[in-house]
Amino acid sequence: MWRLSTRETTVWYSRSPNREPPPRTVQPQLSGSAVQAAAHDPETPSMTSAGEDRHWFEDAVLDVLPDLLGTARRLTRNHADAEDLSAEAVAKAWISIGTLKDRDNFRGWIFRIMTNLFISAHRARTSRPDEEPLPDESAAFSLFERLHQPFLLWWSTPEKEFLDKLVREDFERAMDALPEPFRLVVVLMDLQGFSYADIARQLDVPIGTIRSRLSRGRALLQKALWQHACDAGLRDAPTNQEDQNA
Amino acid sequence: MNDPNTIDCAEALRLLAEYLDGELRDGVHDGVEHHLHACRSCYSRAEFEQLLKTQLKRLGSGEVRPAFEERIRQLVVEFTTSPASRPDNE
Repeated sequence: MWRLSTRETTVWYSRSPNREPPPRTVQPQLSGSAVQAAAHDPETPSMTSAGEDRHWFEDAVLDVLPDLLGTARRLTRNHADAEDLSAEAVAKAWISIGTLKDRDNFRGWIFRIMTNLFISAHRARTSRPDEEPLPDESAAFSLFERLHQPFLLWWSTPEKEFLDKLVREDFERAMDALPEPFRLVVVLMDLQGFSYADIARQLDVPIGTIRSRLSRGRALLQKALWQHACDAGLRDAPTNQEDQNA
Repeated sequence: MNDPNTIDCAEALRLLAEYLDGELRDGVHDGVEHHLHACRSCYSRAEFEQLLKTQLKRLGSGEVRPAFEERIRQLVVEFTTSPASRPDNE
């Protein structure tokens, strides 16, 4: 369930009948509720050049929508929730459009809105701490070190052959297995290409934290890919020694 | 390992992620790049990590169902044409 909060309104959205009931009326489609939420907000200032704004906003939204949805999919790990989260971000973006000082920054700005919506919803759903403790050795796992065989020189590159055997679902599974704080940073960097500074602003954490989470998240991701490859028979099962080193 | 000039393998590998992410300032970036061109082992590592990044980047764009795109279009239209729906112009 995702919640859109404005200054005076709170709108809840739910697709699953098995989830807890929302505190207010649930609308099956986001659009009507979101529009009404904004329409009846007496504090929303007047709009100028409405037609121009509308066409610009629609073009900007549709341009970024595949990336927005792709990121939402990785954050929520669920297609329906990803669409709801993306739609919420669009609705919130329109409500907050006055805070966008430079239209060239629209992409980073709407991503920040979406990540904040996701984080708020996640924190409302769970009492888990932000940082999940990891064993030290997980932070050091490297697929390259596991697979590279320098004596083969140019005749064979086992590490590249390993990646060739993996399909999109393998990468998705490994990404989805990352704990949220690491997944957020890896998604924003490796999937969307935001700078460390952009991500730090989006998540409101220091750049050093971004570096740390990125490093640990990538190590965890590589370890998950390795484990999946072993489980799926794409690699020989790790030896006991390898298990100890993994 | 091989003729590292100003940056050795340990330093190049320590900086590799930030190099590939485009996060190093020019001088340091050039130092890592110079090392990678001189060191086969580190170059192979960089090549692999870049390949993995490329694979992951493909996950970043989701297929937009026509019905969802229409939902978003309707959302924008309803928002932007509703007389009382106005953006925050502050």
